Amino acid sequence: MIEVSWALDHLDDLAFRVAQHIELAAIPVMIGFAISLALAIWAVRRPVVRGPIVSASGVLYTIPSAALFAALLPVTGIEIQTAVIPLTLYTLLIYLRNMLAGLDGVAPEVIEAADAMGYGRWQRLLRVELPLALPLIVGGVRLASVSTIGLVTVSGILGDRFGGLGFFIFEGYRHNFGIEIAFGAVPTILLALAVDLVLQRLQGRLTPWAPRTVRAIDPGRADPGRAVAGGAA
Amino acid sequence: MQLVTDTIAWLLDPANWGGNQGIVTRLLEHAVFSGISIAIAMAIAVPAGIWIGHTGRFAALGTNVANLGRALPSLAIIGLVLPITAAIDPQLGFKVYPTLVAMVVLAVPPILVNCQAGIAGVDRDLVEAARAMGMTERQIVRGIELPLAMAPILAGLRSASVQVIATATLGAFFGGGGLGRFLVEGIAQRDDGMTFGGVVLVAALALTVEGAFIVLQRVIRSPGLARMEGARAAAGAA
Amino acid sequence: MSTAERVVFQHVTKRYPGTGKGNPGAVEDLSLEVPAGKVCVLVGPSGCGKTTSLKMVNRLIEPTSGRILIGDRDVMQGDVIALRRGIGYVIQQVGLFPHQTIRENVATVPRLLGWEEARRRDRADELLALVGLDPARYAERYPSALSGGERQRVGVARALAADPPVLLMDEPFGAVDPIVRERLQNELLRLQEQLAKTILFVTHDIDEAIKMGDLVAVLQTGGHLAQFGTPDEILANPASEFVARFVGADRGLKRLALVRVRDLELRPAPTARPGDDVAAARKRAAADPFPYLLLVDDANRPIGWIDDRRLQSLDSLTADVAESESPLFDRHTTLKDALSMLLEAGVQAGIVVNDAGAVQGLVTVEMILERTRAAAEDGP
Repeated sequence: MIEVSWALDHLDDLAFRVAQHIELAAIPVMIGFAISLALAIWAVRRPVVRGPIVSASGVLYTIPSAALFAALLPVTGIEIQTAVIPLTLYTLLIYLRNMLAGLDGVAPEVIEAADAMGYGRWQRLLRVELPLALPLIVGGVRLASVSTIGLVTVSGILGDRFGGLGFFIFEGYRHNFGIEIAFGAVPTILLALAVDLVLQRLQGRLTPWAPRTVRAIDPGRADPGRAVAGGAA
Repeated sequence: MQLVTDTIAWLLDPANWGGNQGIVTRLLEHAVFSGISIAIAMAIAVPAGIWIGHTGRFAALGTNVANLGRALPSLAIIGLVLPITAAIDPQLGFKVYPTLVAMVVLAVPPILVNCQAGIAGVDRDLVEAARAMGMTERQIVRGIELPLAMAPILAGLRSASVQVIATATLGAFFGGGGLGRFLVEGIAQRDDGMTFGGVVLVAALALTVEGAFIVLQRVIRSPGLARMEGARAAAGAA
Repeated sequence: MSTAERVVFQHVTKRYPGTGKGNPGAVEDLSLEVPAGKVCVLVGPSGCGKTTSLKMVNRLIEPTSGRILIGDRDVMQGDVIALRRGIGYVIQQVGLFPHQTIRENVATVPRLLGWEEARRRDRADELLALVGLDPARYAERYPSALSGGERQRVGVARALAADPPVLLMDEPFGAVDPIVRERLQNELLRLQEQLAKTILFVTHDIDEAIKMGDLVAVLQTGGHLAQFGTPDEILANPASEFVARFVGADRGLKRLALVRVRDLELRPAPTARPGDDVAAARKRAAADPFPYLLLVDDANRPIGWIDDRRLQSLDSLTADVAESESPLFDRHTTLKDALSMLLEAGVQAGIVVNDAGAVQGLVTVEMILERTRAAAEDGP
């Protein structure tokens, strides 16, 4: 079995690529979070900037990933930024939509109560609004993580130094070698599912007060419309 | 700005536009390929989504398909399909089919879920009123549910289209055609003008399609619904 | 205009799978007959099966056993779609289609029945006018531009579009405010005088049931028919402890809503006209136990009262000495309304006038209370 022996020979490579994959995913997920949080707070404070911010992140989200990676290659060269910057940009829309929805969802009477008790603006944001928005914010982290893990593979178009597990898919195609392709594709899917599961658990731990039904807003999925409650007696 | 001038020069060079590897051909490949994928995905997902949404049966299936679709990176799907199609058809199986399969697989979940949620989201009282007046199930779907679910259905088609265009771009790295070829060759030949020119074309195509859907969503919306949403927005602003 | 048809429930039972008797929405052995052209109100606490009973008529819910007849036809026989197109249906949420104009909404069933465009249009406009909405103003609008009360009127118009012999109404006025509800109720009663449809009307509000129903069916939790009769029978003789509690301790007062001024023998009013002889008027007032004189104009329309002490000091009868504080009633005013108007005005008597405004006689608080006592003695 040439496939099995090939796989056993390349376990080191696999470990290296898994680590690279996690690194390439984790950095954009964290940087994107910080940028988005700042932008979301700005947008809530200054409603004028909200539209432009959301539209701009929507435009970036629309540009195909292969194109965005390729766009940076002439600018930043074969450096880690070339992979990290596009991946970060793709997280923005996911984060922003969820953070804004979370902050919008804080009931006006809660805000009024906080003001009445003498919270300052930043205190209110930190102690009241952000904690209440947490279920959606964590949901956004979950979506951003899963989405970024998938996109990391595409950075393989930039060459051997990138791609995480996607490296094996490009190499396998080049070598016309199926097992090598699977060597990249299957662990990528498993990694995405595992991270999704872990973050789902974390979501429950972090926000025990939130109902299980809180769902993150997926930019790839439309608002299904507000169904009017009602029913037979 | 060497990069900008190179890109403009490449884009303006008539030699890059004609021929069977020129921009026009590549654009057509990209568009036709994406269109075929969306058509196949719609043929699968629209009837399924309508049926699940209308009957409420297998509702969990739709949600699970959506979640799975998100966890499946497009590249991984291309990768997984490659060995299979290559074994079946060594000629084209290494070039066209894997990307096409990936495009369809990725386009189905957003269309299915939005169709299902859109139909299921139509006020059940309306549906019951329609049924009580003697509409057949088919008349309810066509006359009431579909028009009222048009916004989410279009939104699903819109995100599926953007997804498909992105995946088609990626397909060029696996022997497929389309505008992604300029990225492949530009990177390989270290021709920054071509690479960036390709980026501009791909981005323009994606944004144009997205924009077209936004316009379509405005145009197709029933005046009764537009007013309802207007009223809701006004109420929200008050 | 099609004729109304009777609706008959024969031992109708609805049980839900996995649940036994006495579950919310279930119906147990319901038998009743609503004669053609009558309004039957199904009333009871939530979960008593009243909505289930209604929905079994047009087969939105299918009975477990028993038969429901419209006229002599079993609703379970024949095509369900055709059945539904022949039954009007109005619900609390109205259920107007938001993407269609008011005219299109009203013409829904005619369209399903394949009527010509022009005929549908005429019919829709005719019905809008019938429910008090000017077609020129409303027909081209969308439901979102209408108020709750207007939408409910459109809902009624839509239900009537194909002139069905039977109308089902499920808490039709439950979602509008009390003032609008009162008005819609009155309009429906007025419409019903013209149309004489067989109407099944579901509500949880006993006052609405008494006001709207020719017949009232009180349903009890578990889907049992606790009592079926005219509103007066139910108020006068509640069949059980449950019915008595459900109709409330003030049922004597509620019965006043069933009696109208026209049902009373009016007290004649001592009247005089300006310019009449004062002495004769004084004599007439003194002969009446009621120490007032009602001044009326040449058309016998009331001007106002002159009390007898004032009368003693007057030299002549003129319009400016009269005080007009009494409420005016017509023949249709219910005694309940009359009593409340009298108490509000703080006076003993109200003046009953006809359509031309001419005095017909008087209704006093005493007469109304007398009637209440008589009603209470009818009771158990």
